[in-house]
Amino acid sequence: MSHEILIVDDAPNIVLSLEFLMKKEGFAVRSVGDGEEALRAVEEKQPDLILLDVMMPKKNGYEVCEAIRTNPAWKGIRIIMLTAKGREVEQEKGLALGADDYVVKPFSTRELVLKVRAMLGLEDATPA
Amino acid sequence: MSLSKSRKERLVVLTILGVLALDYPLLALFSRAELFLGIPVLLFYLFGFWLAFILLMAAILKRKGVEKP
Amino acid sequence: MIVSWSWLAPLISILYLGLLFAVAYYADWRAARDRSLIRSPFVYALSIAVYCTSWTYYGSVGRAAVSGIGFLPIFLGPTLIAALWWLILGKIIAISKRNHITSIADFISSRYGKSPVLGGMVTLFVVIGIMPYIALQLKAIAVSLEVLIRHMDAGWTTNVPFVPWRDTALYVAMLLALFAILFGTRHLDASERHEGLVAAIAFESIVKLGAFLALGLFVTFGLFDGFGDLFGQALANPELARLMTFEAIPGGYSSWLAMTFLAMMAVMFLPRQFQVLVVENVNEGHLRQASWLFPLYLFAFNLFVFPIALAGRLLFADGSVDPDTFVLVLPILGRQEWLAPLVYLGGLSAATSMVIVEAIAMSIMVGNDLVLPFFLQFRKALREDLSGIILTIRRGIIVVLMLLGYLYFRLLGESHTLVGIGMVSFAAVAQFAPAILLGIFWTGASRRGALAGVLTGFLIWTHTLLLASFAKSGWIAVGFLTEGPWGIGWLKPEALFGLTGFDPITHSVFWSILCNTGVMVAISLFDRQTAVEQIQAQNFVNVFQKGARGGNEYLWSGFVSVRELRHLLARFIGPLAAEEDFAEYHRQRHLQPSDDAQAPANLVAFAEKRLTGAIGSASARVMISSVVKGEELDLQGVMRILDETSQVIEYSQRLEIKSRQLEAATLQLREANEQLRELDRMKDEFISTVSHELRTPLTSIRAFSEILRDNEDMDLVERRNFTDIIVKEAERLSRLVNQILDLAKIDAGRMEWHEVEVDLPLLAREAIDATRQLFDNKAVRLINKVPEISCRRMADRDKIMQVIINLLSNAVKFCSPGTGEVCIEWRETGEGVGLAVVDNGPGIPEGELEKVFDKFHQVNQGGMEWPLGSGLGLTISQRIIERHQGRIWVESTAGEGSAFIFTLPHPEPSS
Repeated sequence: MSHEILIVDDAPNIVLSLEFLMKKEGFAVRSVGDGEEALRAVEEKQPDLILLDVMMPKKNGYEVCEAIRTNPAWKGIRIIMLTAKGREVEQEKGLALGADDYVVKPFSTRELVLKVRAMLGLEDATPA
Repeated sequence: MSLSKSRKERLVVLTILGVLALDYPLLALFSRAELFLGIPVLLFYLFGFWLAFILLMAAILKRKGVEKP
Repeated sequence: MIVSWSWLAPLISILYLGLLFAVAYYADWRAARDRSLIRSPFVYALSIAVYCTSWTYYGSVGRAAVSGIGFLPIFLGPTLIAALWWLILGKIIAISKRNHITSIADFISSRYGKSPVLGGMVTLFVVIGIMPYIALQLKAIAVSLEVLIRHMDAGWTTNVPFVPWRDTALYVAMLLALFAILFGTRHLDASERHEGLVAAIAFESIVKLGAFLALGLFVTFGLFDGFGDLFGQALANPELARLMTFEAIPGGYSSWLAMTFLAMMAVMFLPRQFQVLVVENVNEGHLRQASWLFPLYLFAFNLFVFPIALAGRLLFADGSVDPDTFVLVLPILGRQEWLAPLVYLGGLSAATSMVIVEAIAMSIMVGNDLVLPFFLQFRKALREDLSGIILTIRRGIIVVLMLLGYLYFRLLGESHTLVGIGMVSFAAVAQFAPAILLGIFWTGASRRGALAGVLTGFLIWTHTLLLASFAKSGWIAVGFLTEGPWGIGWLKPEALFGLTGFDPITHSVFWSILCNTGVMVAISLFDRQTAVEQIQAQNFVNVFQKGARGGNEYLWSGFVSVRELRHLLARFIGPLAAEEDFAEYHRQRHLQPSDDAQAPANLVAFAEKRLTGAIGSASARVMISSVVKGEELDLQGVMRILDETSQVIEYSQRLEIKSRQLEAATLQLREANEQLRELDRMKDEFISTVSHELRTPLTSIRAFSEILRDNEDMDLVERRNFTDIIVKEAERLSRLVNQILDLAKIDAGRMEWHEVEVDLPLLAREAIDATRQLFDNKAVRLINKVPEISCRRMADRDKIMQVIINLLSNAVKFCSPGTGEVCIEWRETGEGVGLAVVDNGPGIPEGELEKVFDKFHQVNQGGMEWPLGSGLGLTISQRIIERHQGRIWVESTAGEGSAFIFTLPHPEPSS
């Protein structure tokens, strides 16, 4: 059984790198470039985990996160915010809105992979 | 007595004109012992100008239409 | 002859006066029934013709017979000044009506702080100056009657001896006094007009004009064969021909000018003229018609003066007849039994109208300004009805004035020609002109200035004309004239300070008016006016301004009950009239009359004005101050009240301004705050945006670097691919850092600028070459429309190049491959020259146009790859162009492409 990851980011090169990382871990991957597309993609097929960028055109990460959390049917979706803003307020805002975790750009690829695996309850996961 | 500005200006100019016309040196031009139409030149000029002055004044002061105070 | 003219002439005189009484009585009767006879500009103009006295009637001909047209200025002056009556008299009438002023003395006194001294002085001078004039009229009546009787009865030879009981002048004087008393002193409030008097005067003006014109026609066409014949005969006589030129006028042109001036003033300021023009004026609008009707009257009156004079000279070539009696003798000579008495009556009407009006005017002045102030001082304590007493005083004054005139005529009369005396009176009255004319146009004219001016003028008049005439009459030693008083040469009355070459009148007018005006202006300029003076000055000068009349109310700060005030008024104008006035006052203001209440300030002012009408402004003030308790009349207090009021007004105005300023400041503060907050927000945003912009390429670089590190087994193509991404992102990152540094440098003013002469079109071509590759890569066409010209500007070459390249690379980014087209064009406008980069990309929505130059602004374009630019290029371009005083802007229609344009200003002409 393969977990599905939805990658949401407006920077194509970052998406590319994330796709590579996730595919390498054996996850199914879908990726979109903005918040609206992200919600459509979730409606279409519920992913197990979303890697969600904050600063995006149309709908930003917080709004997407909030929208997903207000729908009880999507309760099981894990969300990891990818934030460029290092300030604590921003991170806490994400957590308050229902994100499960966050990573700060530029992130360590290993750390990210570990976080994703842990979030999905895979055995070798270790907390960050 | 309320008059429009233009009438006032005309009357002031008329007065100045009158003072000039009825004094030296203009009067000296007519100070001659000659008759004009059977009347002494000086007398003719003085009374002629006098009457013209009065008629002009009457024309300026004539009530024409409604004047705002 | 059956009838004797020695009783017939007095009889027709008495009958004529009876007719006059009847006219006056009828007019009064009509007025009492509200069917006034005199409410017409024609009657008004005719009443002004009281100006033409027996001096005009007999004297003009007398003067013309010896000095040609020298009599004319006396009538030309009034004609000229009538054109300015709207300016002078219009104002004087308005002032007098609003302030209940009833005489020239009261007018001057009221203007200068209601000064009793000034009023008294003016009155005294009027009496001295006008008395000879009244005497002159009486003399004219006596002489004309005598001539009529003598010649009609007995031909030329009989010399009628003087018999006291036949002294007609005395009887006529007493009859005129009776007339003046009956029709001029009926009620006390002199500001109530005397309709009977005015009607009688107007009637007399018709009689004298009619009689004179009839005589003129008779002389010209009866005794001679028309003007041509008369003037022709005169021209043949060298002595008479001389009368037709200026040579005959003693004093020549200067005398002509002086007399014109005197007549201008006299027609307005002689007491009788002021009476009919101002006090008896029914309707201020009548002045308009009268301004030309009255000169027309004068014109008609003078038409035959010169012909009659010449006729007299021609017919009495032997000089046996006094020219002053030509008017009467000519019809007698012509055996015109009807014309002669008519002409006599014309002369009588001219004399009587003058005497009557002058007597009434002077009785008001003497009563209010000379007698009453003394009387009130002694009788202040008496609480009784004074209106009867005051009227009695006035009647007495009229009788006394008549008797004085008669005595003057008896004592001095024989020594003067008629015209001489008239001019002396004119010169006396002219002394009031500076005080009046300056007073109504210049608020700075002060009481002390007016006092000194009038006094100076009058002293000079007395010295140069009055005393001189006494000397000529032999009353004082002739040495006074020839050697100067006490032998002081420069004080010679007809050559003051050695000034010679003028006739006595011109000489006197020159010195008196010069010194009068000079002294008045000089003192006024250095004087400090009292509160009352200032208030009155404002009231007079600004009479036509709204609210100018309110000033009076500040005059009274004490306490007086309504009852006391009414009682005071009742003492002077009668209880009934006072009651009515007060009721009217309350009715107009919708107030409940209450006797015990304290009178408000404007009621006190109202009562004062009513009193002014009865007893003159100075006395009225004294009387009001006698009942107003508290500070009796504290000028300091008035000043203080005025000051305080103006201060309060000023404070409240300042307060208002301050609060408005505060409001504005608050608003500014709020705006500034808003701006600060906005700046703060922008700074935050800038920092977070910068950090975002920097982190994005960093993230890619780090991610791919780690991937490469952790996946050594990657295939070569993928590896190569990722390495390329790392390089590109690193380039982007360094570009971004450079731009941020640039922008920070520009904003901080630390950027270095190297201005050299730059050829813009050339620069454009270079930029095109530099970016050619970009266009080729994306298959976008680049069209160069910049003409091959040279246009040089001082600029930083590299920075401008940066701008052009930035615009070109921006354009290429927004164009679709294949169909994309970018055009670079030359622009020349009024403000400068520059380039436009036009693309056919998606364009910019209207709302975004202004934002494209903002830092990190990214135009939202769906489906566009990210990132297309750092978002700083345009901002930097804008800064660069602004640094060159140029302008950069964008024109765009969404869906049709956009044009980015910049211009650099034309060089300044000087450089």
